Amino acid sequence: MKSVIPKEVESLWTLFTAPTVWALHFVGCYAAVAIYCAKAASFDFGFDTVRLALGGLTVLALVVIVLSAYLAWRQWGFGSGDPPHDEPTRKDRTLFQGFATLLLAGLSFVAVVYVAIPLIFIAECQR
Amino acid sequence: MRGKGPTEASRPMGSGLRSLKLCPFILLPGLSLSSCSGSHSALDPAGPEASYVAHLFFVMLFGGIVIWIAVVAALIYAARKKRVHSEESAGRIILWCGAILPTLVLGALLSYGLWMMPAIRPWVPDEQQVRRIEVTGEQFWWRVRYLDEAGEVMFETANEVRIPVGEPAHFSLRAADVIHSFWVPSLGGKMDMIPGRTNPLTLTADRQGTYRGVCAEFCGQSHALMAFTVRAVQPEAHETWLAERRASKPLDAEGLAVFLNNGCGACHAISGTAANGRIGPDLTAFGERGTLAAGALPHTTEDIARFVADPGDIKPGVKMPHFGMLPEDDINKIAAFLKELK
Repeated sequence: MKSVIPKEVESLWTLFTAPTVWALHFVGCYAAVAIYCAKAASFDFGFDTVRLALGGLTVLALVVIVLSAYLAWRQWGFGSGDPPHDEPTRKDRTLFQGFATLLLAGLSFVAVVYVAIPLIFIAECQR
Repeated sequence: MRGKGPTEASRPMGSGLRSLKLCPFILLPGLSLSSCSGSHSALDPAGPEASYVAHLFFVMLFGGIVIWIAVVAALIYAARKKRVHSEESAGRIILWCGAILPTLVLGALLSYGLWMMPAIRPWVPDEQQVRRIEVTGEQFWWRVRYLDEAGEVMFETANEVRIPVGEPAHFSLRAADVIHSFWVPSLGGKMDMIPGRTNPLTLTADRQGTYRGVCAEFCGQSHALMAFTVRAVQPEAHETWLAERRASKPLDAEGLAVFLNNGCGACHAISGTAANGRIGPDLTAFGERGTLAAGALPHTTEDIARFVADPGDIKPGVKMPHFGMLPEDDINKIAAFLKELK
C-alpha cells in the first residue's frame, strides 16, 4: 500500500508548516466571527453554526499540526540523539531542523488550542 | 559581657529593640491593608462587577504566591543539595515545570477569565437599557448627559455622575478629542473612550456612597487632574433629583450679572439663565458638587476664585483662558455665586 506520508522531507518549508497553520486558524477564527457578527442579519444560520464550523476548523488545524510534528519527530530520528546537533554535518543539520520543527509544532498546537478556547465561552454577538 | 545573657538593665532595652525591628513586619501589612479601602479602591468593591474584578485579583495573587514559594523552595533545594542529579532528570524538570505546567496554568487562567467575562462586563442590548448616561471625555474634564427612554438628552452636567443604588447604570462612553479611559475602581473595570466610537459599560452600585473615578489613559498635560465623582443614592432620591434637574427654573442671583457680563456664559451653561455655552463644563447646580475642576481642587469659594483667575496654573493645558485681569471684587463675586449655585 502506498503511504500518503512522504518517506523523507528535507526542506526548510516544513519548519514553517505548523506556525502557518496556526496563523491561518487565527485569522480564520477572527475573520469568521467578526464578519458573522457584523452581518448576522443577512445570514440564515445562528452563531452556534459558526462555533461548530470553527470547532471543525480547529480539529483540522490540530490534525495537520500533529502530522507535521510526526514528520519532524521522524526527521529527528524519534529522539535517538540529544540536541544541540551543532556539528557542521548534513546529519546534524537534518536532526536540528527536525528538532526545531517539532518544538514549533508543539508551540503551534498550544496556540491553536488557546485561540479556540473563547469559542467555548463566547455564546453570542454583542451589538 | 560576651557569652552572657542580657542583664536586668539591658533586657527591657533589648526587647524594645526587638519590637522596633518587628515593627515594619507588623505595621507595613497593616498600612498596606488600610490603603485597600476607601472610595477609590478596586479591593474594596461596591458593586458586583467590581467584586468579580477583586475576586480575580485575589485568585491571581494566591496563585502567584504559591508559584513564588515553589520557585524559592526549588532554589533553596538546589543551593543546598548534596546529591548530584543526572542531566536527564534536570531536562525532565525543565520540560514539566518550564513548559507543560505553565501551559496548563495559562490555559486554566484563560478559561477562568473568559468564563468570568460576562459577569465583569455585563452586556445589555440597547433596547433593554432603561436609562442611559452618556459620558464624553474631554481634555481634561467629563461631559455627562442623562438620556431619556428615547435616547434624547434630558439635561447635561459635568464631572459628577449620579446613579441609583441597586440598579444597573448604562454608560455610553465617548471621547471628544483624544483617547481617555473611564474607570471607577470601586464599581468595576475600566473602559476606553475613543474618538468616533461609543463604548458601552454597565456598572451597578450595591451600596450608597461617593466613589472616585479617574481617567485611566494618558490624555495630556493634566491627565492626572482629570477625576470625577460617582454618587450612588437611593432610587427614590435619584428620581427626585432627575425630576428637579429636568425642570428648568429661572435663576436670579447677585453674581449672575457679573458672570454673564464677563462672558462666562459663552463657554459655560447654567440652566434657567442666558448662559448657554457648550464648550466648557455645564455649571448648573455647581454648588452641589464635591470637588472643583474635575477633582483638581476642593470645592471652596477661595479655590473657585483661584481657578477663575488662573486656570492654567492649576491645570496645565486647560482650554479656559485666565481671568486674572478682572477686578478682584468681580472674581470673588463670581466665585461666591458659583459656590452657592444649587
